[in-house]
Amino acid sequence: MNLLVQVLIAGITIGSIYSLIAIGFVLIFKSSGVINFAQGSLVMVGAFITYAFVTQFKVPILLSILITFLISGAIGMIIERFVLRYLTGVSLISIIMVTMGISFIMDGGALATWGSSNFTFPSLFPPLSLLLGGIKISSIYLWSFITSILLLVVFLLFFKYSKMGLAMRAAADNQKAAVTLGISPRKVLSLTWAISAVVATAGGILLASISALHVNLSYIGLIVFPVVILGGLDSIAGAVVGGFIVGVLEAVSGVYIAPLLGGAFQQVAAFAFLLIILLIKPYGLFGTKEIERL
Amino acid sequence: MEIAQHHLEIHNLSLNFGGVQALNRVDLKVKRGSLFSLIGPNGAGKTSLINCISKFYEPKEGKIIFNDREITHFRPHEVARCGVSRTFQNIELFKGMTVLDNLKLGRHIHLRSGPLAGMAYLGKAKREEKELEEFIDREILGFLGLTPIKNWVVATLPYGLQKRIDLARALSSKPEFLILDEPVAGMNREETQDMIKHILEIKKAWGLTVLLIEHHMEVVMNISDWIVVMNFGEKIAEGPPEAVQKNPEVIRIYLGHSYMEGQQGREGKS
Amino acid sequence: MYIIFIAIFLAFPFSLFKYTKYILFLVNMTAIGVIGALGLNILTGYTGLISLGQAAFMGVGAYTVAILSTKVGLPLWINLPAAGVITTVVGIIVGTPSLRLKGFYLAMATLASEFLLEYVFKNWESMTHGIPGLYITPPKVFGIHINNDRVFYFFAVTLAILAVLCTRNLFRTKVGRAFIAIRDRDIAADLIGINVFKYKLVSFAVSSFYVGVAGGLWCYYMTIINPEAFQLSISIDYIAMIIVGGMGTIYGSVYGSIFVNLLPEAIQRLMEILQPVLHLEYTFAAFKQIVFGLIIVIFLIFEPKGLSEVFSRIVKRISSGGERR
Repeated sequence: MNLLVQVLIAGITIGSIYSLIAIGFVLIFKSSGVINFAQGSLVMVGAFITYAFVTQFKVPILLSILITFLISGAIGMIIERFVLRYLTGVSLISIIMVTMGISFIMDGGALATWGSSNFTFPSLFPPLSLLLGGIKISSIYLWSFITSILLLVVFLLFFKYSKMGLAMRAAADNQKAAVTLGISPRKVLSLTWAISAVVATAGGILLASISALHVNLSYIGLIVFPVVILGGLDSIAGAVVGGFIVGVLEAVSGVYIAPLLGGAFQQVAAFAFLLIILLIKPYGLFGTKEIERL
Repeated sequence: MEIAQHHLEIHNLSLNFGGVQALNRVDLKVKRGSLFSLIGPNGAGKTSLINCISKFYEPKEGKIIFNDREITHFRPHEVARCGVSRTFQNIELFKGMTVLDNLKLGRHIHLRSGPLAGMAYLGKAKREEKELEEFIDREILGFLGLTPIKNWVVATLPYGLQKRIDLARALSSKPEFLILDEPVAGMNREETQDMIKHILEIKKAWGLTVLLIEHHMEVVMNISDWIVVMNFGEKIAEGPPEAVQKNPEVIRIYLGHSYMEGQQGREGKS
Repeated sequence: MYIIFIAIFLAFPFSLFKYTKYILFLVNMTAIGVIGALGLNILTGYTGLISLGQAAFMGVGAYTVAILSTKVGLPLWINLPAAGVITTVVGIIVGTPSLRLKGFYLAMATLASEFLLEYVFKNWESMTHGIPGLYITPPKVFGIHINNDRVFYFFAVTLAILAVLCTRNLFRTKVGRAFIAIRDRDIAADLIGINVFKYKLVSFAVSSFYVGVAGGLWCYYMTIINPEAFQLSISIDYIAMIIVGGMGTIYGSVYGSIFVNLLPEAIQRLMEILQPVLHLEYTFAAFKQIVFGLIIVIFLIFEPKGLSEVFSRIVKRISSGGERR
């Protein structure tokens, strides 16, 4: 019983981080139809830049995080400005490959700069754990969960109520109409990519705190896909739900199913689940079917 | 063998898009060998109706019967295999391919070679391709005046020609029932006359039944054997051209006073 | 004209040039790549179906050859076609549910199948021997082991040429045209009589056959295979091949394979030149990744139709330049 609870705690925490990263992905898709295969690289690079500021430049951790947010926001804007602007209206496979190419450049750069070893991420949270009803929630899970929930709430509020958030939703929904209302799609798109990069960085920092800092962190970007398909490619709320589902699924299969099937099944569990979902619902759990006109 | 009374029958056909009723219990019967026209304002449901016949849309209720066979639940390619062929309002040609390749595609259902035969290209596939090209040369290209451009890529050709190629493509499968969705839309007077001449000639030569959707009233009134008028997804009138023209309901919603005055004016002068 | 090429083709492996063995190796790898790239091009370039599972399917072909030759002891001329056939069967199994999906969702289904097959390679230890992998004793052709560079050269390049010819024929006939129609306007294709689902499956099957054979050849050449050789990065390599080479063209598959197989060598030389200038400790793998990514992005922005388009433009310019005189 205790094991199950611990597994669930881990799953929910990791799941909340997945939700964060997935929101970034969904934002980009909603506003420009781009499938961002580079999201994972943004996660990894964000964590590493923070690490570099703390360890090499001896900047205090919170300030490092702030600076990294600015830098990754800039990276997001650069990607949008210099690469994706040239690629409007191209085929899906081209979009996938461009973002993949960008992720290679970033991954390669990280590999070249830091090499492929494990690093310990500087500790972020006070070492306070919680004892809830006889169950111990370790400090790292506790604080990561609180942080990501906070960030999720902040973003959801931003999109729902703030002027800019409203503008972004409008531009995502109907670009032409948004332009007539004085919303600049260019600005909105830039901001979208910046925000996505920032959430990715946040996710990266949290993940690195929980496990370890390694260039392979960029493969988390692949987990985004089952998450968004479960939640529906164009639904932010869906991304949140999907994140939790995948997080718990991974944790549970790692502990309970993997021993049965052998190997590291938890790595493919989300994808196996994804295949099953796609068999039943070809547009994901909450996705909207594309209507074609003749 | 008994030939079916009507080539195509539609019973009680209804179609919804969310809250919008695109078709509401439509009935019609098309006689073999006739030129049957479907007219009505934009959004009346004409294209939705033929999209139901082609099975691009799945009707909510009703039956579609072709040659006495119920085809309501057929898949789109199965309808085509029955001998039904159609053109498209928006010219759904494969624009990256040449004219000839598009016509060859039109004849897809009559070809037999599979992937292995195709890759080997020795006996079966090669012969088939040769016969295919000869058929197209003989019966389609020359007839529609397309021979000089047969190796041109469709995307480079003007709209009027593309419309003609769409017709040629529909004819390549040598159908028995031809559906034409606004075949002369956007054409000038000369092009229209040419197109109509071709349609009538091939209809006669091949004994086709033609189901026509058109907005060009003069054309419709001149060449149709039978007209059905639709509005808001319902059939509101049908009959031979003379009867439909005089139907007050039809005049009111569609033909407009100017046409009627034009007719009366002409009658007055003669 | 062709006689010169044939002569070079036949004579080259026996030349005494110092780097012959090395060049033969590159040519052999390229030949395998051509077959695989043709397979992927049929599926993605010509039929418009995105697949991220190329690597896993190559793995199926490779493991088929390995298992059939070590555990069952069958000869080459059964194993290699069997690799193609088994991969085709796997392709049909994967494709039947997946091909109802469109675009991104199809890509995701193929990504899932890639990971699941990788998992099978790693964990079905009774058949695949898990992570350490399998090694085979390469069969002999005319008394020499097939993984000898020269012998393999004749074998592989011949098969590659055969694959090119078969593909070219395919697209002159009914089935090939149907593929292109599906890519361009699949709904219209259905309405004019093409059974779209069936032909999508045929495309997947044919493509899988090519890829399986490529995988089998890989196994015979490398003589040792393990799950690491069939990871997602290989799928990306192949997609890059057809993008750089030219999607939906036959020669594009050839150019793309040449490019992607020669690129690591070119990067190696470049690094050796730049090393004293940059004073950086770039590892080879990192640098290769960066250059690879840059190439993909640059091609997609500036030359989305790939090298085949670039070359045909050059040829046109030369021939029209001749006419003007």
